[in-house]
Amino acid sequence: MMDMSTKLATLWPEIMLTLVAFVVMVVGLSPQLWMRRATYGIAAFGLVIAAILAATGSPAATGDLAVYMKVAICLIGLALLVAAAEVPDESQTLVMGDQAFDPASTSRGEFFGFLLLSLVGAMLCAGADDLVWLFLALELTSLPTYVMVATSRKSIKAPEAAVKYFFLGAMAAAIFLYGFALLYGATGTTYISQMHAIFADPNQGISHLALAGLVLAIVGVCFKIAAVPMHFYAADVYQGAATPVTTFLAFVPKTAGFVTLIVLLNAATGWSIVDNTPAIATLLWILAVLTMFVGNTLALLQDNVKRVLAYSSIAHTGYMLVGLLAGAGPAASGGFLLRNGLAAILFYLIAYGVMNLGAFSVLGLLKRAGEEAETFDDLRGLAARRPALAAVMAICVLSLTGVPPLVGFWGKLYLFGSAISAGYVGLAILAMLNSAIAAFYYLRIVAVTYMSEPNDDVVVSPLPSRSGAAMVSAAAVIVMSLAAGPLVDASLHAAAGFQTQPHMPAAPRPVHSEPADHDSLEVSGVNGEALPAASASEASDAI
Amino acid sequence: MLPGMILVALVGGLIILPFFTPSGRDSAAKGAALLVSSVVFLLSLCMAFQFDWSAGPTTDHPYQLTIAWDWIHRFGVSLGFGVDAVSVWLILLTTFLFPLAILGSFGDDLRGRAKEFYVWLLVLQAALIGVFAATDVILFYTFFELTLVPLFFLIGIYGSGNRRYAAMKFFVFTLAGSIFTFIAIVYVAWFNAQQTGVWTFYVPQLIEAARALADVSVVVPMGVLGWLPLVPAEIHTSAQHLVLAGLFCGFAVKVPLFPVHTWLPLAHTEAPTAGSVILAGVLLKLGSYGLFRFAVPMAPVAVVDWAPFVAVICIIGILYTALICWVQGDLKKLVAYSSVSHMGFCVLGLFALNMAGVGGSVMYMINHGLSTGALFLCVGMVYNRYHTRDMSQMGGFGRKLPVWSTFFVFFCLASVGLPGLNGFVGEFLTIFGAFTATNVLGIGYAAFAAFGLILGAIYILYMVGRVVMGPLNEPVHEHGDDDEEHHEIKDLNAREIACLVPLAIACLVLGLYPTPLLRSLEGTIEHVTAGTTAVVQARAETENTTVITTTDQPTMGPQRTLAEVSR
Repeated sequence: MMDMSTKLATLWPEIMLTLVAFVVMVVGLSPQLWMRRATYGIAAFGLVIAAILAATGSPAATGDLAVYMKVAICLIGLALLVAAAEVPDESQTLVMGDQAFDPASTSRGEFFGFLLLSLVGAMLCAGADDLVWLFLALELTSLPTYVMVATSRKSIKAPEAAVKYFFLGAMAAAIFLYGFALLYGATGTTYISQMHAIFADPNQGISHLALAGLVLAIVGVCFKIAAVPMHFYAADVYQGAATPVTTFLAFVPKTAGFVTLIVLLNAATGWSIVDNTPAIATLLWILAVLTMFVGNTLALLQDNVKRVLAYSSIAHTGYMLVGLLAGAGPAASGGFLLRNGLAAILFYLIAYGVMNLGAFSVLGLLKRAGEEAETFDDLRGLAARRPALAAVMAICVLSLTGVPPLVGFWGKLYLFGSAISAGYVGLAILAMLNSAIAAFYYLRIVAVTYMSEPNDDVVVSPLPSRSGAAMVSAAAVIVMSLAAGPLVDASLHAAAGFQTQPHMPAAPRPVHSEPADHDSLEVSGVNGEALPAASASEASDAI
Repeated sequence: MLPGMILVALVGGLIILPFFTPSGRDSAAKGAALLVSSVVFLLSLCMAFQFDWSAGPTTDHPYQLTIAWDWIHRFGVSLGFGVDAVSVWLILLTTFLFPLAILGSFGDDLRGRAKEFYVWLLVLQAALIGVFAATDVILFYTFFELTLVPLFFLIGIYGSGNRRYAAMKFFVFTLAGSIFTFIAIVYVAWFNAQQTGVWTFYVPQLIEAARALADVSVVVPMGVLGWLPLVPAEIHTSAQHLVLAGLFCGFAVKVPLFPVHTWLPLAHTEAPTAGSVILAGVLLKLGSYGLFRFAVPMAPVAVVDWAPFVAVICIIGILYTALICWVQGDLKKLVAYSSVSHMGFCVLGLFALNMAGVGGSVMYMINHGLSTGALFLCVGMVYNRYHTRDMSQMGGFGRKLPVWSTFFVFFCLASVGLPGLNGFVGEFLTIFGAFTATNVLGIGYAAFAAFGLILGAIYILYMVGRVVMGPLNEPVHEHGDDDEEHHEIKDLNAREIACLVPLAIACLVLGLYPTPLLRSLEGTIEHVTAGTTAVVQARAETENTTVITTTDQPTMGPQRTLAEVSR
């Protein structure tokens, strides 16, 4: 809790971006073509400035998590903006082109403006310390995306997707708002830190009312991260939106949702709701397993690559939920570093954002009869015609599969390593099993691009910025793979605040928890203390 | 030196070939690939000379030529390289086979994408050297998985008919197996971190930690599975047994052992010749090498407990695939299935856990790499001439292709284990090891495995009889009469002979005089099996039986064998 002026002082990047968003919207209405064209540049410039502001902002005022997330969102947001640069043109060219000015059919200003506002919402989530703030930030992330989906394509699919997305999104918002209301009713405060203090107090603890509120809040946020049971929209909406917008949807709301979950469930003092509430841990365990399996098995059945990537996006949410369950763990003195599941989520979010951007950007470059090419058939023999694009696709997709030493593998090592360290060995085995299932459909993409005869109906559209985004993301995947160290350090630093401090009354994880999953178990260790240990029951029968 | 070899292969594959060879001219790519792989072979020879063969590994210095950099410091993952005698031999095998496989592929139909073919081969070579040279488990795992990618492309792009399915099955099978290995490794690393407070994936450190896991008892609830008949509600075991189960899952798929071998015949049949040579020659050894390097030293108690079960699986595999070979009509599939059968011997010897068995197993890895690699080359040469692998269309090649037939018969005999050729040494030692492994395996296992030898002789000689002997029976060429080239099928040319001669020489030398190789392995094997030997001895003492102590067998094994061989 701080007073208004100090609070505002932590929000310079967001304020900056909001202003730029309004400038972009106004300039987008200009009758001059060159000014309308400049919107893209202004937006990019704004993101660069915001990234610098976020990076140089004082972490003492905003918290390490906020700094990390803001910088990451600005930078990946910049890449997303570059990938989406041609979207307004593509959706309008046949209608009017750039010759005449017609306010009704020019959407540049709105598109880039809304893109920036959505990013602002995601950034605000990271700095949230209040339930109302959190709710507003989450809605600010989502609302612009409805418009972006609707205006992204000429095809009728886009408004259809937007309507689906909007109604389900509104329902999800209602659910978690209801959860927040219950939390407020149970604790009498909207400040998250005060709420945590009440929960952590052994005399008060988490009341049933608060528990119900938490469950509703988690389920509501599941919509943003595309987790079961709120995943139904994902495939349809991802397919209906223009591909660059799909990329945006797969990263920004997901990031905002995970940051929300981290902030909501983990006190900055090192106390964690997940660790201390078996009901929540069970809920997350079930959600994680269902999300992984639903995402991966449904992805296997698809013929449309966009839908495959949409379902795989659900599966990746499941992997990250594993990290949420593992929690931040005890603060370590140099040692237990593969033990911070929250840091692993922060790492994985970035990695996922970059890999996904590469894969989707390549897909977004392919056109078939003026429409987006999106089936496996459309990808046939891409390697023979455009080896560089095929290589980008292969690198990103193999990284998503988790083939070492690509960055996706480090993310999985980080996530599942922390799960194993936290005693969730059964869950880690299930998650790895899912990686093997995922290999089927990811490899199918690679196989189709490299091992089939070229498809002559498909043309590769010459969009310099989108292919640039693809190349850059592949390069970023390689750099992050070979030199993952700095990003790991940064993510650990960002999540360090959530680690259990030695002086905290909360017991270290392995002792106190009988984690609610039935695959995890207690073991008497060599020193007589309880150690969580492996269950490899699935190991034998799965092979 | 070690990272240098990997780097040369990688730079050759990823930079020189794609960017510095003229496009459109396959010969340049071919030459460059051959050159790079030859340079790597020379480097590996230098490494073998640098290696101090007299110094066995100790607990303080388990590896030689070590070099290590931090990779991801926070995870305790390092770029650590180092070798012992076993890995030096396997690296030599790898670097020896690659130039020959590349040379052998010059005549293949590469679908106009020759450059890419050699890129993948060189990347594969780098990954394979990396597997044998890594001293960090995650680095090992990285290279282990990385071998899948180039082979996936090699099979999927350059293979025959059903290539895409074969490539997918190969990749997914191996990946699915290795995830359990991964979980086991991370679990051990976590346990180690709990004990010592340091996250590390350094192999000797994890081996030490994993040994302590024998005292950690675990109850595995079977959950829903417990409702099934014959499945207990929960299993009481030690953490070490579970770690072994995890490691075994991954490596058994790679070897491959009996129930999970189905990817291999498919992958071999569809793969291009060079891919098959490397797959059989080196890639299968990753499984047995993994068992040797990780499973045996990490989980000595569990390994001793489960050795009979593993041996039974091996024997089932040996006999079952041998019977399949007998009725196999596809030449390449036959050789592929014979690999499964042979690798069964290799793992059987490994789980005998004595010097003769393990030494024989390592010997077998090298021998099998040479002879089966050569057989695949031979099969590929016939395929290039007749475009078929169907044995029912072949016969009497001894008349038509005398030089080819000579080599083919020679390598078949080496593979069967004719005394004097290399196959015999490994086969004899593994069975001898199983025979003398008191308290672990025993006569029964050896007897059944020896039955596999007889079957092996039957199917190989049957194949030789069909293909080489009898009246000439040439496959009908499917391309029709206007095709000029098929009119005269010629015998091997100089390039093809140059591929096979080094392999033949190596088979002969290792068959006639394997002593130096076996000697050099002793120290390493003793070091690796120290844990299991101690367990076996402790069991023998507690049982109060008058068992010949296993300690004097180690030196006896190879020497006695040599006497037999020379006789």
